Amino acid sequence: MLKYIIRRLIMLIPVLIGVSILTFSLIHLIPGDPARSMLGEKATEAQLESLREELGLNDSYIVQYGRFLGDILQGDLGESIQSKEDIAIQLLHKLPATVELTIFAMLLAVIIGVLAGVIAAVKQYSWFDNISMTGALFGVSLPIFWLGLMMIWLFSVTLNILPPSGRLTSGVELNTITNFYLLDSILTGNWLAFKDAFLHLLMPGLALGTIPMAIIARMTRSSMLEVMRQDYIRTADAKGLKKHFVIFQHALKNAALPVLTVIGLQFGLLLGGAVLTETIFSWPGIGRYVYLAVLGRDYPIVQSTILIVATIFVLVNLLTDVLYKYFDPRIRYE
Amino acid sequence: MHHLSLQPNPLPDPNSANIGEPEQTKSSKLWLDSAMRIVKSKTSFIGLCIILILILTAILAPIIATNSPTDQDIINRYQPPSSEHFLGTDELGRDIFSRIVYGSRISIQIGVIAVGIAMIIGVLLGGIAGYFGRWIDQIIMRIIDIMMAFPSILLAIALVAVLGPGLTNAMIAVGIVGIPQFARIVRSAVLSIKETEYIEAAKSIGAKNGRVLMQHVLPNCVAPIIVQTTLSIGTAILDAAGLSFLGLGAQPPTPEWGAMLSDGQAAIQNAPWVVAFPGLAIFFVVLGFNLLGDGLRDALDPRLKQ
Repeated sequence: MLKYIIRRLIMLIPVLIGVSILTFSLIHLIPGDPARSMLGEKATEAQLESLREELGLNDSYIVQYGRFLGDILQGDLGESIQSKEDIAIQLLHKLPATVELTIFAMLLAVIIGVLAGVIAAVKQYSWFDNISMTGALFGVSLPIFWLGLMMIWLFSVTLNILPPSGRLTSGVELNTITNFYLLDSILTGNWLAFKDAFLHLLMPGLALGTIPMAIIARMTRSSMLEVMRQDYIRTADAKGLKKHFVIFQHALKNAALPVLTVIGLQFGLLLGGAVLTETIFSWPGIGRYVYLAVLGRDYPIVQSTILIVATIFVLVNLLTDVLYKYFDPRIRYE
Repeated sequence: MHHLSLQPNPLPDPNSANIGEPEQTKSSKLWLDSAMRIVKSKTSFIGLCIILILILTAILAPIIATNSPTDQDIINRYQPPSSEHFLGTDELGRDIFSRIVYGSRISIQIGVIAVGIAMIIGVLLGGIAGYFGRWIDQIIMRIIDIMMAFPSILLAIALVAVLGPGLTNAMIAVGIVGIPQFARIVRSAVLSIKETEYIEAAKSIGAKNGRVLMQHVLPNCVAPIIVQTTLSIGTAILDAAGLSFLGLGAQPPTPEWGAMLSDGQAAIQNAPWVVAFPGLAIFFVVLGFNLLGDGLRDALDPRLKQ
């Protein structure tokens, strides 16, 4: 197992180098002069030259890429053109917000999706099966930015029961330790903040989690249906085991593998989907950070954030593969 | 897919496209079978209907629309749905129904152009990688791996960020991020097809690699390509709408559905219809392509025939 993980980690190196080359090249895809694109039409030649110097745009590509890679390996992600803030520090502050939202969305998706999928499979062709699978079909076609806005309209504007934006109501105090607000409020025993943070998470979490929830529900159903036709399930049934024991201990355990793959793949995609969700709910995570940077043409932020997200994405996919192997010892990787 | 046997043909022209022609009846039967299964399946039939409605709306837009999609009428802004304005008016007093009707043209344009880019480049790359194998395959697939290391919408955002906002660049970006899926699907199809006897036969009578690939291998990958294309159109429309929603795609006053949502979000408190209807339009169209795509996958997959 360890050997396999090490091998996979080594295989990641060329992919990550490729990712870094692609992210590095982004700035060179800008039509015309990148410096002018960032500073605008009114910039003077001196300002442009100073920015070119600062970004090292006057050097050859190879030198520029070498410096880009060297800086990243030392944890230096550069600084924002506009605010001059250190991007690495900004990301450290904003990443927990995105990860908290993503994990919350995924938890909702897994709990509801797996449960719906299992019930739909056990009660195949029942009204529950029909309704949940139609819902799942709708779920994969929903524009999440629209769903988010409609939820704000319903739950915040009309019913006034959920906060429309942000992570915490202003005035609610919370001593941050990890910047994961739910975790911090538990650690500090601050239940008021916990409730507030939880309510703030509900809508963005649900909006972000809808698509994976739908996909997980469909995957669980079809995977369960396949497993439940197997002889060993009939045997388990025949020897008089309780129905729920057969379903959860025998069937679901064996149906979990394809579901696990979907969860892994969707987790990475959620990081991308977070851009839209965070923008709608003014969630101060990296999705909104990169969006604001795109609008402000702050390319170093765009480059660094995308590089970090891609790296996380690749690592999550690796983790999925490793877990896959762990759960199914029949799978042998060369 | 339908390459069960090759009738020995005395001295065929190596460059004729007719190898495997005796399969014609079998092949057309397969397509007929598939078409029947699509019509019979309730869900894919609904999908097909939604797409036909979309196409008809786009063609007949000037007849269906009650107003011009861009004419402003500030005095009548934020009017709720009524007999005069079926779906109400937006922040500039424009008729939302007419804007959605004309927006169907843009959605089709996005679907065709973005997926066209993804399909042409993806199929060629996947075909070349699968057919030639070895180092060509290695290089192409490693590039595909790298592209797949980015969440697609984020890569699209990054590409539009550097190319500049606008509908054309959004379509290009959405097209580029769709390339890997086509490439992977076609590559795996080509890998199995290139080992078949009729390809060996085509090669043995002296057909050149390029011709074998274009005339014999790729045409037999049509089924998975069709399925992927249908499903990709839904995703492309969704992604492009997302880009427009962020202000990176279609620019005002283009009646693109995502951009309409974006323009209307400030007024959601008092005029939710400005946001609700364009979103529903996106939802139904994407649903249509997903339903048809799912149906096509079932219909064109002979393994499910039993």
